[in-house]
Amino acid sequence: MSKISFEDLRLLENFGHSLRLPSYFYKLGGLDEIKPLFKLAHDEGLTINLRGAGRSYNDAALNAGGILLDLQAINHILEWHPATGLIRCEPGVTLKQLWQHVLPDGWWPPVVSGTMTTTIGGCLGMNIHGKNNYRAGTIGDHVIEFTALLPTGAEIVCSPKKNEDLFRAMIGGLGMLGVFTSITMQMKRTVSGLLEVQAWNVPDIKVHLENIDARKEEADYIVGWMDCTARGRALGRGQLHQANYLHDGEDPDPFRTLQVDYQTLPSKFFGLVPKSILHYFMAPIMNNPGTRLVNTAKFMVGRTKTYRQSHASFHFLLDYIPDWERSYGRQGLIQHQSFLPRDTALQTWTNMLNISHKRGLPAYLGVTKRHRPDSFLLSHAVDGFSLAMDFKVTTGNRIQLASMLQEFDELILQAGGRFYFAKNSETRPETALAFLGEETITKFRALKKRCDPENLLASDLYRRVFECA
Amino acid sequence: MPELQHYSFQHSTPLNPGRKAILVGASSGIGAALACHLADQGYSLALLARRTELLSTLCEQINLKAGVTLARAYPHDVKDYDSVPALLQSILADLGGVDLFIYNTGISLPVGLKKFNFEKDRQTIEVNFLGALAWLNPVAAMFQSLNSGQIVGISSVAGERGRVGNPSYNASKAALTSYLEALRNRLTRHGVHVLTAKPGFVDTGMLAGAKGMFWVISAEQAARDIYKAIRDRKQDIYTPARWRWVMLLIRNIPSVIFRKMVF
Repeated sequence: MSKISFEDLRLLENFGHSLRLPSYFYKLGGLDEIKPLFKLAHDEGLTINLRGAGRSYNDAALNAGGILLDLQAINHILEWHPATGLIRCEPGVTLKQLWQHVLPDGWWPPVVSGTMTTTIGGCLGMNIHGKNNYRAGTIGDHVIEFTALLPTGAEIVCSPKKNEDLFRAMIGGLGMLGVFTSITMQMKRTVSGLLEVQAWNVPDIKVHLENIDARKEEADYIVGWMDCTARGRALGRGQLHQANYLHDGEDPDPFRTLQVDYQTLPSKFFGLVPKSILHYFMAPIMNNPGTRLVNTAKFMVGRTKTYRQSHASFHFLLDYIPDWERSYGRQGLIQHQSFLPRDTALQTWTNMLNISHKRGLPAYLGVTKRHRPDSFLLSHAVDGFSLAMDFKVTTGNRIQLASMLQEFDELILQAGGRFYFAKNSETRPETALAFLGEETITKFRALKKRCDPENLLASDLYRRVFECA
Repeated sequence: MPELQHYSFQHSTPLNPGRKAILVGASSGIGAALACHLADQGYSLALLARRTELLSTLCEQINLKAGVTLARAYPHDVKDYDSVPALLQSILADLGGVDLFIYNTGISLPVGLKKFNFEKDRQTIEVNFLGALAWLNPVAAMFQSLNSGQIVGISSVAGERGRVGNPSYNASKAALTSYLEALRNRLTRHGVHVLTAKPGFVDTGMLAGAKGMFWVISAEQAARDIYKAIRDRKQDIYTPARWRWVMLLIRNIPSVIFRKMVF
């Protein structure tokens, strides 16, 4: 892109297909193109946002009226050391590329999201967490070093020891301070391609949270499915899944299970129906009675069981049904994820679930996890739990839904909770200020000024949350 | 000149995506009425016109009524053709998108029945037609790339016949109508909607002092009709509606008769 042309405009969407905004879309061919693009943006008075796989549920990877740089082609694995588990890669490398590269040598990415399509650059920008957050921290905790190009033109190296302030701010910095050019991470040893998984039902939200908490010492991973359509005594019921790594000798054929082919998710449902068409069949049940029925059925058939499952099958639940988010219809979906301290979670979520029933706006999917605080600047984590809720957006429910989420946000703030910038689309600047604190925001602004004095990097998320705060 | 107040527009979110419009020629008449009507419907508006003072007052009125920043003023002379692409680019960034573009600017500079005046003719064509082209070209390119959007041109019933009173006005509106039709034929396949609005006599500054008017409607009435046509994605609209049938008749008056009429 050497000049701005209206012909390069594209309507880009968030992952939930609930927001479409126009940007000058440009697929980056090489890292050397970034500096001229910063100059172009400067000359034209436009902003640039970076986009990886575009998997954020909100407006993090959008930049209305500005330039959107797609970094997916910057996807080379630069170095891999199977002896030490150190990997250096470019920001467009996906988690899929990453695990497929390291697993055959007996390693697994220490932190992964619920989908493997995300890019490392995006994962770092949002400082993602996995189902092992309480134990392994966020992805940023496993970054040994990264290099980045700042809008000032400076090329920097950051690690927990070098440029520490930028290390802690750029990881989770929403891509607003600079462009990651290479990332060095430590992988985790695994002796088998399988995990020992236990699944069991929990009858209500109290047991749900107590069980997650009780298992956190023994479980390597733990995640809960919450039936947010259940009411009354069954409020917050669901199913928990715990997974543990196998130890030496427990997998009879580790050589086979560590192969990529063994891990690959099946492409057909029951061996018959291609999964790629499943979302069309899901669409008709994506309403209150439909999801209530399906969730109840899912709960009823849930049994306590122990089985072995491949890493990919356990971790990447969201990839089971390709394009599942399309089943939410034309107006798409939004996700609201709240992080609450251990002591206030039960009461607050009980209130929130009750409010959602009272308003007739239950979440169709709820996911719970256990977390621990981290040392990154714009951190979302707490010593407690998180609950992610998916809501269908319709032309008729927007105003009601917005007012309910506003009510939720107030409850969460009162309970000492936090929010996640990769998910929530309606977080207001005053809410961000309240949970991050003035000191943190001032620090972030100071770094923004140092790295990007002309505000060349901007996203709709950044404008929404930080520009008017 | 008063200081222009520049506040940010509201941010689009999935639960409040908002609709966004650019209105060229917004300071008075149909344009100002359309701006108020669109603001009532929740549109965020980039309002353009030459007269900064009028424009600022209008924006203040709209924003005061809405309680949020819905309208922002962009002083602009449509004859400044070269400035259009950069201005559109910066409005697009300010608004965070454009769903609707309206070209309303128009002047009428009548000349006496036996007079001829190139200067007036040139001005009319420049403002009514060339100014429109300067905007419609980049706007069409933009909407075509986005595969969405609505374009509205405020033409006139005057564009349907050449009449003795105001040849260049007739010609400018005929050209605009024809250009909009061509745009429609090009852009419909890209999901873009083009509306040609043809008001009859509207009680605006343009008609001040004119004689022989009939069926005069208010600018607000015209704005309401045009908005309905935008909402329903009509391809053309006569306001008031009876002009459609009157113009059908007038279009078919044989020239041998028409040239004898002082109309």
